[in-house]
Amino acid sequence: MDSFNLYFPSCPRMSGQFSWIISCRIMSSPIILKFSLPNLFSRWKNWWIRGILTLTMISLFFLIIYMGSFMLMLLVLGIQVKCFHEIITIGYRVYRSYELPWFRTLSWYFLLCVNYFFYGETVADYFATFVQREEQLQFLIRYHRFISFALYLAGFCMFVLSLVKKHYRLQFYMFAWTHVTLLITVTQSHLVIQNLFEGMIWFLVPISSVICNDITAYLFGFFFGRTPLIKLSPKKTWEGFIGGFFSTVVFGFIAAYILAKYQYFVCPIEYRSEINSFVTECEPSELFQLQTYSVPPLLKGVLRWDTVSLYPFQIHSIALSTFASLIGPFGGFFASGFKRAFKIKDFANTIPGHGGIMDRFDCQYLMATFVHVYITSFIRGPNPSKVLQQLLVLQPEQQLNIYKTLKSHLTEKGLLQPSLKL
Amino acid sequence: MLELRHRAGGDLGPGAAAAAREGDGAGGDHEAESTSDKETDIDDKYGDLDSRTDSDLPEVPPSSDRTPEVLKKALSGLSARWKNWWIRGILTLTMISLFFLIIYMGSFMLMLLVLGIQVKCFHEIITIGYRVYRSYELPWFRTLSWYFLLCVNYFFYGETVADYFATFVQREEQLQFLIRYHRFISFALYLAGFCMFVLSLVKKHYRLQFYMFAWTHVTLLITVTQSHLVIQNLFEGMIWFLVPISSVICNDITAYLFGFFFGRTPLIKLSPKKTWEGFIGGFFSTVVFGFIAAYILAKYQYFVCPIEYRSEINSFVTECEPSELFQLQTYSVPPLLKGVLRWDTVSLYPFQIHSIALSTFASLIGPFGGFFASGFKRAFKIKDFANTIPGHGGIMDRFDCQYLMATFVHVYITSFIRGPNPSKVLQQLLVLQPEQQLNIYKTLKSHLTEKGLLQPDLNCKCLK
Repeated sequence: MDSFNLYFPSCPRMSGQFSWIISCRIMSSPIILKFSLPNLFSRWKNWWIRGILTLTMISLFFLIIYMGSFMLMLLVLGIQVKCFHEIITIGYRVYRSYELPWFRTLSWYFLLCVNYFFYGETVADYFATFVQREEQLQFLIRYHRFISFALYLAGFCMFVLSLVKKHYRLQFYMFAWTHVTLLITVTQSHLVIQNLFEGMIWFLVPISSVICNDITAYLFGFFFGRTPLIKLSPKKTWEGFIGGFFSTVVFGFIAAYILAKYQYFVCPIEYRSEINSFVTECEPSELFQLQTYSVPPLLKGVLRWDTVSLYPFQIHSIALSTFASLIGPFGGFFASGFKRAFKIKDFANTIPGHGGIMDRFDCQYLMATFVHVYITSFIRGPNPSKVLQQLLVLQPEQQLNIYKTLKSHLTEKGLLQPSLKL
Repeated sequence: MLELRHRAGGDLGPGAAAAAREGDGAGGDHEAESTSDKETDIDDKYGDLDSRTDSDLPEVPPSSDRTPEVLKKALSGLSARWKNWWIRGILTLTMISLFFLIIYMGSFMLMLLVLGIQVKCFHEIITIGYRVYRSYELPWFRTLSWYFLLCVNYFFYGETVADYFATFVQREEQLQFLIRYHRFISFALYLAGFCMFVLSLVKKHYRLQFYMFAWTHVTLLITVTQSHLVIQNLFEGMIWFLVPISSVICNDITAYLFGFFFGRTPLIKLSPKKTWEGFIGGFFSTVVFGFIAAYILAKYQYFVCPIEYRSEINSFVTECEPSELFQLQTYSVPPLLKGVLRWDTVSLYPFQIHSIALSTFASLIGPFGGFFASGFKRAFKIKDFANTIPGHGGIMDRFDCQYLMATFVHVYITSFIRGPNPSKVLQQLLVLQPEQQLNIYKTLKSHLTEKGLLQPDLNCKCLK
């Protein structure tokens, strides 16, 4: 065994990564170099496949953007289900648990319950008027928490009843594996959908920032890469990391400027009951109107402008791009560590040349949660139709109290003329 | 299966099969792969992590006995079985007395009690994880587990405090900042912990570290989220905390007694001591108990009112006008029961009807939480979660049935009982854009006028 390592000194001494060691040794063997022409051909073929698939995916993405928010939501849902499937399949392989009774059924059943719960929350918030029209939908949405909890409990009881004597630990492992996977994939895909409903720009700019960071970090690493970044991913370099950071911030800034002009990207999705469809038309909020900022003294010398007119959203996009380039890669490192821990090369083989869906989306997950937290903390106020809904459900005395407080508040602000009787 | 493990040294055999299945062209050359046996031996230390059968797992050694000396001396004369009984009995009475004392002290103390129990349950389950995976020497891991516990608790406390104690928060400047941006701050803290985890991954221990990370997160999901649901139930009114918890305890005790005296048919293979007679007897007793307990507790404002912060007296009070649920209503007895009871009408609190639903859940579905915990203990070959309470095991052993109950009560309240919180609605209103506020004002005004609560303003030139 040691002689092998002496003979192939350039191959990494990774324990257990036998498939990689084998391919490395085959590639660097002097005998193989004689056959380097077909070798080179297969390497370029791999590049071509990756390139064509990348272009195909990007074109599909643009097509779906054109088709609208609803189709994007279906796309996100499809990706979520596929990611769930990939991770669960890895769990089956790790634990060699194909023949466990009920387990596949239960995993998909839990996926359904959790999705129903989250869709109930989202639809109840955003599409209240749409829901009012349909009777059955109203029942399903109004009591969605209770119904989804009851369904989940049924699955939980089925799990307890399905425990088989010799396989307790395995079954608990698969149960935990399913739940962690649900936590990762389903909650974050719903955060993505909520970002999307806030306005397509909140969906497009973060996702494209992460993709841009991937590509530019790779290019910078390819041309200038020298210092390795982290042991987990030996191909990443500090030069790629920093170059990717600056490129992504600039890209995000420009993309925000281009997209912020169009109502299609900027407006939250709404349901108009008059025309019975979903539209994205609105008065763009302050974030998406050009404002004039005075240039700070530092940059004045460089740019030789006194003021610059920007969309305020562009400033937010800097924060989003910074996160995408500095913290987003940790999602990739996590996935790399996961793959090494479970000795797999790719999550699946769905996309030729790229691996599984999860391989493409591992950096996106942290990004989606960050954007959602960012929006709820700094951008979005409460949803007015939701507030009105809650108001109308309160007790009459509480409604009166709120009415009085609101009236005095509005009068103070000068929006209402003070009336003589209450 | 076992032979394959011993020959190829762990998960190399099936791992090789998995790699061959991947089809990445590495070749299923077992000769070449077996030469790297020695390199994989280090990973084999954790090979049995993924073992398929339970039998080849070592037993987890129990921790030491913690019965206090004084009890041991007092019971030294009795046989071992009766001694165990007495210890259990005394500890039960002690716990119940402590519980009553804390109820007397108020909602805030109860909240601290729930928090303490949550931390202890988390500690117990994490310690089991350490023992199972023999991962004491993993770097950073204990710190990270406690750190994640802190972050998630901060997130949930932020949500709760922001909702219920808005006026309290307004007074304190720093608190206001911490609460208003609590989502962002807790997420940033969580991310820091996540990055620390990624940076702490050590080459030989990847799988173990991922397992402990997943173990921590599942434990957080179970203990922290549900303890916060308990606290939200508590803030809704102490009765929503007391009736469910006492129903579960009553079900435990009565099912045991019925099983002891009448038990014959075993219920489920997982827990051989449970019987159908105990299960059904416990069900009926718990429903009756819940009905009576609801009747007794619903009379007092102390139990029935949601907790509030009164800024005038700078303290938390539970005084209010009891809602409709807690006022006696007259119901006509259905014909079936008329013959039995010979009453035409009966006056009940509506809450008692809800208590039937809660008790039914406690006795029918609550035990599944206990079966889950039994299965878990068998899977990991432990007798008790810990030895905190002499005679009873760990805190987790006492609370395993409670968890499902807490979530159910919370879902029940939010679906059927509780409307939106008026102070929260007002808060949200005041943050909206002025045009949106005006729209809502108009809608509300017309709504109230329709209902007759407002007189229509004829000469009001109110809106610009």
